[in-house]
Amino acid sequence: MEKHYTDSKVKGVSTGTTILAAIFDGGVVIGSDSRASIGGEYVSSKTINKVIQVHDRIFCCMAGSLADAQAVIKSAKSHLSFHSVQMESPPLVIAAASVLKELCYKNKDELQAGFLTAGWDSKKGPQVYVVSLGGMLISQQVTIGGSGSTYIYGYVDAKYKPNMTREECLQFATNALALAMGRDNVSGGVAHLVVITEKGVEHVVVPGDKLPRFNDE
Amino acid sequence: MRVAKHQYEHLCFSGHFLIFSRNAVLESSLLEGTYKAPNPRKTGTTIAGMVYNNGVVLGADTRATDDMVVADKNCMKIHYIAPKIYCCGAGVAADAEMATQMMASNVELHMLNTGRPPLVAMVTRQLKQMLFRYQGHMGSSVIVGGVDVTGAHLYSVYPHGSYDKLPFLTMGSGAAAAVSVFEDRFKPNMELEEAKQLVRDAIAAGIFCDLGSGSNVDLCVITEAGVQFLRGYDKPTAKGQRSGQYRYKPGTTAVLTKTETPLSLDVVDESVQLMDTE
Repeated sequence: MEKHYTDSKVKGVSTGTTILAAIFDGGVVIGSDSRASIGGEYVSSKTINKVIQVHDRIFCCMAGSLADAQAVIKSAKSHLSFHSVQMESPPLVIAAASVLKELCYKNKDELQAGFLTAGWDSKKGPQVYVVSLGGMLISQQVTIGGSGSTYIYGYVDAKYKPNMTREECLQFATNALALAMGRDNVSGGVAHLVVITEKGVEHVVVPGDKLPRFNDE
Repeated sequence: MRVAKHQYEHLCFSGHFLIFSRNAVLESSLLEGTYKAPNPRKTGTTIAGMVYNNGVVLGADTRATDDMVVADKNCMKIHYIAPKIYCCGAGVAADAEMATQMMASNVELHMLNTGRPPLVAMVTRQLKQMLFRYQGHMGSSVIVGGVDVTGAHLYSVYPHGSYDKLPFLTMGSGAAAAVSVFEDRFKPNMELEEAKQLVRDAIAAGIFCDLGSGSNVDLCVITEAGVQFLRGYDKPTAKGQRSGQYRYKPGTTAVLTKTETPLSLDVVDESVQLMDTE
Protein backbone atom coordinates (compact mmCIF):
# COMPACT_ATOMS: atom_id res chain seq x y z
CA MET A 1 0.00 0.00 0.00
CA GLU A 2 2.74 2.46 0.82
CA LYS A 3 4.32 2.35 -2.62
CA HIS A 4 1.08 3.52 -4.18
CA TYR A 5 1.63 7.12 -3.19
CA THR A 6 4.28 7.52 -5.85
CA ASP A 7 1.62 7.09 -8.53
CA SER A 8 -0.41 10.02 -7.32
CA LYS A 9 0.56 13.63 -7.89
CA VAL A 10 0.24 14.42 -4.18
CA LYS A 11 2.91 13.03 -1.89
CA GLY A 12 1.77 10.93 1.05
CA VAL A 13 -1.77 11.15 2.35
CA SER A 14 -3.91 13.45 0.20
CA THR A 15 -6.94 15.29 1.47
CA GLY A 16 -8.61 14.40 -1.87
CA THR A 17 -11.35 16.77 -1.05
CA THR A 18 -14.15 19.11 -1.78
CA ILE A 19 -14.08 22.35 0.17
CA LEU A 20 -16.23 25.39 -0.11
CA ALA A 21 -17.01 28.69 1.53
CA ALA A 22 -19.84 31.15 0.90
CA ILE A 23 -20.91 34.47 2.33
CA PHE A 24 -24.55 34.98 3.31
CA ASP A 25 -26.39 37.87 4.87
CA GLY A 26 -24.68 38.32 8.23
CA GLY A 27 -22.11 35.56 8.14
CA VAL A 28 -20.21 32.94 6.25
CA VAL A 29 -20.50 29.16 5.79
CA ILE A 30 -17.37 27.06 5.33
CA GLY A 31 -17.46 23.33 4.75
CA SER A 32 -15.70 20.23 3.52
CA ASP A 33 -16.01 16.47 3.11
CA SER A 34 -14.13 14.14 5.46
CA ARG A 35 -12.11 11.71 3.35
CA ALA A 36 -8.31 11.31 3.30
CA SER A 37 -6.84 9.02 0.65
CA ILE A 38 -3.52 7.56 -0.43
CA GLY A 39 -2.65 7.24 -4.12
CA GLY A 40 -6.27 7.67 -5.10
CA GLU A 41 -6.85 4.04 -4.12
CA TYR A 42 -7.05 3.65 -0.35
CA VAL A 43 -9.14 5.68 2.03
CA SER A 44 -6.84 6.20 4.99
CA SER A 45 -9.44 8.04 7.03
CA LYS A 46 -13.21 8.37 6.62
CA THR A 47 -13.62 11.04 9.26
CA ILE A 48 -10.75 13.44 8.95
CA ASN A 49 -11.31 17.02 10.02
CA LYS A 50 -10.38 19.48 7.29
CA VAL A 51 -12.08 22.52 8.77
CA ILE A 52 -9.66 23.85 11.36
CA GLN A 53 -10.31 26.70 13.73
CA VAL A 54 -7.37 29.11 13.65
CA HIS A 55 -9.01 31.70 15.86
CA ASP A 56 -12.33 32.43 17.58
CA ARG A 57 -14.12 33.58 14.43
CA ILE A 58 -11.74 32.36 11.72
CA PHE A 59 -11.75 28.89 10.17
CA CYS A 60 -9.59 27.35 7.45
CA CYS A 61 -10.22 24.49 5.08
CA MET A 62 -7.27 22.54 3.76
CA ALA A 63 -6.66 20.82 0.44
CA GLY A 64 -3.70 19.01 -1.07
CA SER A 65 -1.11 17.00 0.83
CA LEU A 66 -2.36 16.35 4.34
CA ALA A 67 1.10 16.49 5.91
CA ASP A 68 1.91 19.88 4.34
CA ALA A 69 -1.52 21.32 5.13
CA GLN A 70 -1.45 20.20 8.77
CA ALA A 71 2.06 21.56 9.28
CA VAL A 72 1.25 24.93 7.66
CA ILE A 73 -1.98 25.37 9.59
CA LYS A 74 -0.31 24.53 12.88
CA SER A 75 2.37 27.11 12.22
CA ALA A 76 -0.19 29.69 11.07
CA LYS A 77 -2.37 29.12 14.14
CA SER A 78 0.51 29.77 16.50
CA HIS A 79 1.62 32.85 14.59
CA LEU A 80 -1.92 34.21 14.49
CA SER A 81 -2.45 33.86 18.22
CA PHE A 82 0.82 35.71 18.83
CA HIS A 83 -0.25 38.43 16.38
CA SER A 84 -3.58 38.74 18.15
CA VAL A 85 -1.85 39.22 21.51
CA GLN A 86 0.47 41.84 20.00
CA MET A 87 -2.43 43.73 18.42
CA GLU A 88 -4.56 43.37 21.54
CA SER A 89 -7.57 42.57 19.40
CA PRO A 90 -8.96 39.59 17.51
CA PRO A 91 -7.12 39.16 14.20
CA LEU A 92 -8.65 40.24 10.90
CA VAL A 93 -9.65 37.44 8.54
CA ILE A 94 -7.24 38.84 5.97
CA ALA A 95 -4.44 38.58 8.54
CA ALA A 96 -5.09 34.85 8.89
CA ALA A 97 -5.21 34.45 5.12
CA SER A 98 -1.99 36.44 4.74
CA VAL A 99 -0.14 34.26 7.22
CA LEU A 100 -1.11 31.18 5.20
CA LYS A 101 -0.20 32.94 1.99
CA GLU A 102 3.30 33.85 3.26
CA LEU A 103 4.00 30.24 4.20
CA CYS A 104 2.62 28.87 0.92
CA TYR A 105 4.36 31.42 -1.27
CA LYS A 106 7.77 31.35 0.40
CA ASN A 107 7.87 27.55 0.27
CA LYS A 108 6.00 27.06 -2.97
CA ASP A 109 8.56 24.64 -4.44
CA GLU A 110 8.26 22.22 -1.57
CA LEU A 111 4.69 22.52 -0.35
CA GLN A 112 1.57 21.09 -1.94
CA ALA A 113 -1.25 22.68 0.02
CA GLY A 114 -4.04 25.16 -0.66
CA PHE A 115 -6.48 26.77 1.78
CA LEU A 116 -9.80 28.52 2.07
CA THR A 117 -10.06 30.98 4.92
CA ALA A 118 -13.43 32.22 6.10
CA GLY A 119 -14.45 34.25 9.10
CA TRP A 120 -15.96 37.30 10.61
CA ASP A 121 -14.19 40.39 11.90
CA SER A 122 -15.42 43.75 13.15
CA LYS A 123 -13.76 45.72 10.35
CA LYS A 124 -15.22 44.11 7.22
CA GLY A 125 -17.76 41.61 8.51
CA PRO A 126 -17.97 38.18 6.87
CA GLN A 127 -15.18 37.41 4.38
CA VAL A 128 -13.83 34.52 2.35
CA TYR A 129 -10.25 34.29 1.05
CA VAL A 130 -8.57 31.73 -1.15
CA VAL A 131 -4.87 30.86 -0.85
CA SER A 132 -4.03 28.66 -3.80
CA LEU A 133 -1.14 26.23 -4.29
CA GLY A 134 1.46 28.78 -5.39
CA GLY A 135 0.52 31.34 -2.79
CA MET A 136 -1.97 33.61 -4.55
CA LEU A 137 -4.38 35.33 -2.20
CA ILE A 138 -7.73 36.61 -3.42
CA SER A 139 -11.03 37.50 -1.83
CA GLN A 140 -14.28 36.06 -3.14
CA GLN A 141 -17.97 35.90 -2.24
CA VAL A 142 -18.20 32.20 -2.83
CA THR A 143 -15.42 29.76 -3.59
CA ILE A 144 -14.86 26.04 -4.01
CA GLY A 145 -11.67 24.02 -3.99
CA GLY A 146 -10.17 20.56 -4.04
CA SER A 147 -10.47 17.76 -6.58
CA GLY A 148 -14.24 17.49 -6.15
CA SER A 149 -14.83 21.12 -6.90
CA THR A 150 -14.58 20.55 -10.65
CA TYR A 151 -17.92 18.73 -10.53
CA ILE A 152 -19.83 21.57 -8.91
CA TYR A 153 -18.69 24.72 -10.68
CA GLY A 154 -21.90 24.71 -12.69
CA TYR A 155 -24.06 24.19 -9.62
CA VAL A 156 -22.33 26.96 -7.66
CA ASP A 157 -22.46 29.41 -10.56
CA ALA A 158 -26.15 28.76 -11.07
CA LYS A 159 -27.37 28.52 -7.50
CA TYR A 160 -25.34 31.02 -5.49
CA LYS A 161 -27.01 34.33 -4.82
CA PRO A 162 -25.52 37.11 -2.68
CA ASN A 163 -27.36 37.94 0.57
CA MET A 164 -29.02 34.58 1.07
CA THR A 165 -30.42 33.74 4.48
CA ARG A 166 -28.52 31.45 6.80
CA GLU A 167 -30.81 28.48 6.08
CA GLU A 168 -30.65 29.00 2.31
CA CYS A 169 -26.87 29.20 2.41
CA LEU A 170 -26.56 26.07 4.57
CA GLN A 171 -28.80 24.17 2.18
CA PHE A 172 -26.79 25.44 -0.79
CA ALA A 173 -23.53 24.34 0.83
CA THR A 174 -24.89 20.91 1.81
CA ASN A 175 -26.23 20.32 -1.69
CA ALA A 176 -22.95 21.39 -3.29
CA LEU A 177 -20.88 19.10 -1.07
CA ALA A 178 -23.29 16.20 -1.60
CA LEU A 179 -23.11 16.59 -5.39
CA ALA A 180 -19.33 16.72 -5.37
CA MET A 181 -19.00 13.74 -3.02
CA GLY A 182 -21.33 11.81 -5.25
CA ARG A 183 -19.12 12.23 -8.31
CA ASP A 184 -15.58 12.49 -6.96
CA ASN A 185 -14.02 9.23 -5.75
CA VAL A 186 -11.57 10.93 -3.39
CA SER A 187 -14.24 13.00 -1.65
CA GLY A 188 -16.70 11.42 0.71
CA GLY A 189 -17.67 10.58 4.27
CA VAL A 190 -19.59 13.20 6.19
CA ALA A 191 -20.12 16.86 5.40
CA HIS A 192 -18.57 19.21 7.95
CA LEU A 193 -20.05 22.69 7.90
CA VAL A 194 -19.27 25.66 10.12
CA VAL A 195 -21.45 28.76 10.26
CA ILE A 196 -19.61 31.86 11.46
CA THR A 197 -21.42 35.04 12.44
CA GLU A 198 -20.77 37.98 14.69
CA LYS A 199 -22.55 36.17 17.50
CA GLY A 200 -20.65 32.95 17.33
CA VAL A 201 -19.71 29.73 15.62
CA GLU A 202 -21.87 26.70 14.92
CA HIS A 203 -20.76 23.27 13.72
CA VAL A 204 -23.15 21.30 11.57
CA VAL A 205 -22.21 17.73 10.72
CA VAL A 206 -24.29 15.95 8.10
CA PRO A 207 -23.62 12.19 8.16
CA GLY A 208 -23.39 10.41 4.80
CA ASP A 209 -26.82 8.85 4.97
CA LYS A 210 -28.50 12.18 5.76
CA LEU A 211 -26.99 13.99 2.77
CA PRO A 212 -29.49 15.16 0.14
CA ARG A 213 -30.02 12.64 -2.64
CA PHE A 214 -30.38 13.63 -6.25
CA ASN A 215 -31.58 12.11 -9.45
CA ASP A 216 -30.15 8.65 -10.13
CA GLU A 217 -29.07 7.92 -6.53
CA MET B 1 7.31 45.85 12.27
CA ARG B 2 10.77 44.39 12.64
CA VAL B 3 9.86 42.02 15.47
CA ALA B 4 7.03 40.50 13.43
CA LYS B 5 9.30 39.82 10.46
CA HIS B 6 11.73 37.91 12.68
CA GLN B 7 8.83 35.87 13.97
CA TYR B 8 8.01 34.84 10.40
CA GLU B 9 11.49 33.69 9.58
CA HIS B 10 11.74 31.22 12.38
CA LEU B 11 8.40 29.70 11.35
CA CYS B 12 9.55 29.33 7.74
CA PHE B 13 10.42 25.83 6.56
CA SER B 14 12.91 26.99 3.91
CA GLY B 15 16.07 25.84 5.73
CA HIS B 16 15.09 22.19 5.74
CA PHE B 17 14.35 21.72 2.07
CA LEU B 18 17.80 22.49 0.62
CA ILE B 19 19.29 19.16 1.63
CA PHE B 20 16.71 17.25 -0.41
CA SER B 21 17.56 19.00 -3.67
CA ARG B 22 21.18 17.99 -3.05
CA ASN B 23 20.11 14.39 -2.46
CA ALA B 24 18.05 14.39 -5.64
CA VAL B 25 21.09 15.55 -7.64
CA LEU B 26 23.27 12.85 -6.06
CA GLU B 27 20.73 10.14 -6.84
CA SER B 28 20.40 11.14 -10.49
CA SER B 29 24.19 11.22 -10.91
CA LEU B 30 24.35 7.68 -9.44
CA LEU B 31 21.91 6.49 -12.11
CA GLU B 32 24.11 7.92 -14.90
CA GLY B 33 26.89 5.56 -13.82
CA THR B 34 24.31 2.68 -13.93
CA TYR B 35 24.67 2.21 -10.20
CA LYS B 36 21.56 1.78 -8.13
CA ALA B 37 21.28 2.94 -4.53
CA PRO B 38 20.70 -0.20 -2.37
CA ASN B 39 17.11 -0.94 -1.39
CA PRO B 40 16.50 -0.44 2.30
CA ARG B 41 15.05 -3.34 4.27
CA LYS B 42 11.30 -2.74 4.76
CA THR B 43 9.17 -4.35 7.38
CA GLY B 44 6.36 -5.10 4.88
CA THR B 45 4.05 -5.33 7.81
CA THR B 46 0.63 -5.26 9.26
CA ILE B 47 0.23 -3.11 12.36
CA ALA B 48 -3.02 -2.27 14.08
CA GLY B 49 -4.37 -0.64 17.19
CA MET B 50 -7.70 -0.02 18.84
CA VAL B 51 -9.14 1.69 21.87
CA TYR B 52 -11.27 -0.51 24.14
CA ASN B 53 -13.16 0.18 27.35
CA ASN B 54 -10.12 0.21 29.60
CA GLY B 55 -7.23 1.31 27.41
CA VAL B 56 -5.48 0.52 24.15
CA VAL B 57 -4.54 -2.73 22.37
CA LEU B 58 -1.71 -2.60 19.82
CA GLY B 59 -0.87 -5.45 17.49
CA ALA B 60 1.77 -6.28 14.87
CA ASP B 61 3.03 -9.15 12.76
CA THR B 62 6.71 -10.18 12.98
CA ARG B 63 8.07 -10.48 9.44
CA ALA B 64 10.82 -8.25 8.05
CA THR B 65 11.44 -8.48 4.30
CA ASP B 66 14.38 -7.63 2.03
CA ASP B 67 12.61 -7.25 -1.31
CA MET B 68 11.19 -10.75 -1.77
CA VAL B 69 13.23 -12.57 0.89
CA VAL B 70 12.20 -12.78 4.54
CA ALA B 71 15.09 -11.23 6.41
CA ASP B 72 13.73 -11.76 9.92
CA LYS B 73 10.97 -14.20 10.86
CA ASN B 74 10.46 -12.86 14.34
CA CYS B 75 11.28 -9.18 14.54
CA MET B 76 9.70 -6.85 17.11
CA LYS B 77 7.63 -4.03 15.71
CA ILE B 78 6.04 -2.75 18.90
CA HIS B 79 8.50 -0.32 20.44
CA TYR B 80 8.67 1.24 23.88
CA ILE B 81 8.33 5.02 24.06
CA ALA B 82 7.29 5.68 27.65
CA PRO B 83 6.02 3.48 30.52
CA LYS B 84 2.46 3.62 29.18
CA ILE B 85 3.01 4.67 25.57
CA TYR B 86 4.03 2.20 22.87
CA CYS B 87 4.54 2.58 19.15
CA CYS B 88 4.08 0.19 16.23
CA GLY B 89 6.34 0.95 13.29
CA ALA B 90 5.90 0.05 9.62
CA GLY B 91 7.82 0.98 6.50
CA VAL B 92 11.60 1.06 6.34
CA ALA B 93 12.82 -0.94 9.35
CA ALA B 94 15.80 1.28 10.18
CA ASP B 95 13.78 4.49 9.94
CA ALA B 96 11.01 3.13 12.16
CA GLU B 97 13.57 1.91 14.70
CA MET B 98 15.46 5.22 14.76
CA ALA B 99 12.34 7.34 14.89
CA THR B 100 10.91 5.43 17.84
CA GLN B 101 14.23 5.43 19.70
CA MET B 102 14.56 9.19 19.22
CA MET B 103 11.03 9.63 20.50
CA ALA B 104 11.74 7.49 23.57
CA SER B 105 14.77 9.60 24.42
CA ASN B 106 12.98 12.91 23.75
CA VAL B 107 10.06 11.83 25.92
CA GLU B 108 12.38 10.95 28.79
CA LEU B 109 13.99 14.40 28.59
CA HIS B 110 10.61 16.08 28.31
CA MET B 111 9.39 14.20 31.39
CA LEU B 112 12.40 15.39 33.38
CA ASN B 113 11.97 18.91 32.06
CA THR B 114 8.27 19.25 32.84
CA GLY B 115 8.12 16.92 35.84
CA ARG B 116 4.99 15.32 34.37
CA PRO B 117 4.23 11.94 32.81
CA PRO B 118 4.06 12.24 29.01
CA LEU B 119 0.92 12.68 26.93
CA VAL B 120 0.29 10.56 23.85
CA ALA B 121 -0.45 13.80 21.99
CA MET B 122 3.02 15.07 22.84
CA VAL B 123 4.70 11.97 21.40
CA THR B 124 2.58 12.30 18.25
CA ARG B 125 3.45 15.94 17.82
CA GLN B 126 7.20 15.38 18.14
CA LEU B 127 7.03 12.41 15.79
CA LYS B 128 5.07 14.26 13.14
CA GLN B 129 7.30 17.33 13.35
CA MET B 130 10.36 15.14 12.88
CA LEU B 131 8.88 13.21 9.96
CA PHE B 132 7.69 16.40 8.28
CA ARG B 133 11.19 17.82 8.60
CA TYR B 134 12.44 14.82 6.60
CA GLN B 135 9.77 15.36 3.95
CA GLY B 136 8.85 11.69 3.62
CA HIS B 137 12.43 10.49 3.10
CA MET B 138 12.25 8.89 6.53
CA GLY B 139 9.95 6.11 5.42
CA SER B 140 8.28 5.07 8.63
CA SER B 141 4.53 4.93 9.28
CA VAL B 142 3.76 4.73 12.94
CA ILE B 143 0.80 3.95 15.17
CA VAL B 144 1.20 5.58 18.60
CA GLY B 145 -1.03 4.30 21.38
CA GLY B 146 -1.09 4.73 25.10
CA VAL B 147 -2.75 5.86 28.27
CA ASP B 148 -2.02 9.21 29.91
CA VAL B 149 -3.72 11.46 32.45
CA THR B 150 -6.39 12.41 29.89
CA GLY B 151 -7.27 8.82 29.00
CA ALA B 152 -6.52 6.26 26.30
CA HIS B 153 -5.53 7.59 22.87
CA LEU B 154 -4.51 6.22 19.50
CA TYR B 155 -2.81 8.21 16.73
CA SER B 156 -1.35 7.33 13.35
CA VAL B 157 1.50 9.25 11.75
CA TYR B 158 2.36 8.87 8.08
CA PRO B 159 5.89 9.21 6.59
CA HIS B 160 5.21 12.69 5.23
CA GLY B 161 4.13 13.96 8.62
CA SER B 162 0.34 13.87 8.52
CA TYR B 163 -1.43 12.46 11.54
CA ASP B 164 -4.86 11.20 12.44
CA LYS B 165 -6.68 10.34 15.66
CA LEU B 166 -9.13 7.45 15.44
CA PRO B 167 -10.60 4.69 17.63
CA PHE B 168 -9.03 1.98 15.45
CA LEU B 169 -6.16 2.13 12.99
CA THR B 170 -4.17 -0.10 10.68
CA MET B 171 -1.02 0.63 8.71
CA GLY B 172 1.59 -1.08 6.59
CA SER B 173 1.26 -3.18 3.46
CA GLY B 174 -1.35 -5.38 5.13
CA ALA B 175 -3.46 -2.44 6.29
CA ALA B 176 -6.22 -3.00 3.77
CA ALA B 177 -6.65 -6.62 4.88
CA ALA B 178 -6.60 -5.72 8.58
CA VAL B 179 -8.91 -2.72 8.37
CA SER B 180 -11.63 -4.83 6.78
CA VAL B 181 -11.73 -6.97 9.95
CA PHE B 182 -12.03 -3.84 12.10
CA GLU B 183 -14.70 -2.33 9.87
CA ASP B 184 -16.78 -5.47 10.30
CA ARG B 185 -16.45 -6.11 14.03
CA PHE B 186 -15.27 -3.00 15.84
CA LYS B 187 -17.58 -1.50 18.46
CA PRO B 188 -16.71 1.27 20.92
CA ASN B 189 -15.97 0.18 24.53
CA MET B 190 -15.31 -3.49 23.89
CA GLU B 191 -14.17 -5.84 26.64
CA LEU B 192 -10.50 -6.83 26.92
CA GLU B 193 -10.75 -10.41 25.64
CA GLU B 194 -12.97 -9.42 22.73
CA ALA B 195 -10.59 -6.56 21.88
CA LYS B 196 -7.53 -8.83 21.96
CA GLN B 197 -9.29 -11.34 19.74
CA LEU B 198 -10.28 -8.60 17.28
CA VAL B 199 -6.75 -7.20 16.99
CA ARG B 200 -5.38 -10.72 16.67
CA ASP B 201 -7.84 -11.44 13.86
CA ALA B 202 -6.98 -8.20 12.09
CA ILE B 203 -3.25 -8.97 12.17
CA ALA B 204 -3.93 -12.56 11.10
CA ALA B 205 -5.83 -11.21 8.08
CA GLY B 206 -2.71 -9.26 7.18
CA ILE B 207 -0.46 -12.26 7.78
CA PHE B 208 -2.48 -14.52 5.49
CA CYS B 209 -3.58 -12.07 2.82
CA ASP B 210 -0.49 -9.86 2.45
CA LEU B 211 2.83 -11.15 1.13
CA GLY B 212 4.83 -8.63 3.11
CA SER B 213 3.45 -9.76 6.48
CA GLY B 214 3.79 -13.10 8.19
CA SER B 215 4.92 -15.21 11.14
CA ASN B 216 3.44 -14.40 14.55
CA VAL B 217 1.07 -11.91 16.14
CA ASP B 218 2.48 -9.67 18.88
CA LEU B 219 0.05 -7.81 21.11
CA CYS B 220 0.51 -5.03 23.61
CA VAL B 221 -2.27 -4.13 26.05
CA ILE B 222 -1.92 -0.74 27.74
CA THR B 223 -4.15 0.31 30.60
CA GLU B 224 -4.08 2.76 33.47
CA ALA B 225 -2.65 -0.02 35.64
CA GLY B 226 0.23 -0.86 33.33
CA VAL B 227 1.37 -2.66 30.22
CA GLN B 228 1.06 -6.28 29.20
CA PHE B 229 3.44 -7.08 26.35
CA LEU B 230 2.31 -10.35 24.76
CA ARG B 231 5.18 -11.31 22.48
CA GLY B 232 4.14 -14.20 20.27
CA TYR B 233 0.51 -14.03 21.44
CA ASP B 234 -0.55 -16.18 18.53
CA LYS B 235 1.37 -18.22 15.97
CA PRO B 236 -1.14 -18.83 13.18
CA THR B 237 1.59 -19.87 10.74
CA ALA B 238 3.13 -22.55 12.95
CA LYS B 239 3.54 -25.86 11.14
CA GLY B 240 0.69 -28.15 12.00
CA GLN B 241 0.77 -31.88 12.85
CA ARG B 242 0.62 -34.11 9.82
CA SER B 243 -2.52 -36.19 10.23
CA GLY B 244 -1.67 -38.96 7.72
CA GLN B 245 1.13 -40.48 5.65
CA TYR B 246 1.38 -40.86 1.91
CA ARG B 247 3.97 -43.60 2.24
CA TYR B 248 2.73 -47.18 1.99
CA LYS B 249 4.38 -50.04 3.82
CA PRO B 250 6.36 -52.46 1.60
CA GLY B 251 4.03 -55.38 0.87
CA THR B 252 0.82 -53.27 0.63
CA THR B 253 0.59 -54.19 -3.02
CA ALA B 254 0.87 -58.00 -3.60
CA VAL B 255 3.54 -59.09 -6.13
CA LEU B 256 2.10 -61.67 -8.55
CA THR B 257 5.00 -62.25 -11.01
CA LYS B 258 8.58 -61.02 -11.38
CA THR B 259 10.54 -60.89 -14.70
CA GLU B 260 14.18 -59.72 -15.01
CA THR B 261 15.56 -58.71 -18.44
CA PRO B 262 19.26 -57.71 -18.58
CA LEU B 263 20.08 -54.94 -21.08
CA SER B 264 23.58 -55.39 -22.61
CA LEU B 265 25.12 -52.02 -23.44
CA ASP B 266 28.45 -51.47 -25.28
CA VAL B 267 30.72 -48.52 -24.58
CA VAL B 268 30.83 -46.48 -27.80
CA ASP B 269 32.81 -43.36 -26.81
CA GLU B 270 34.63 -42.14 -23.72
CA SER B 271 35.53 -38.50 -23.14
CA VAL B 272 36.69 -36.51 -20.12
CA GLN B 273 35.68 -32.92 -19.49
CA LEU B 274 37.40 -30.99 -16.73
CA MET B 275 35.13 -28.91 -14.44
CA ASP B 276 36.29 -25.53 -13.12
CA THR B 277 36.41 -26.25 -9.45
CA GLU B 278 38.35 -23.76 -7.44
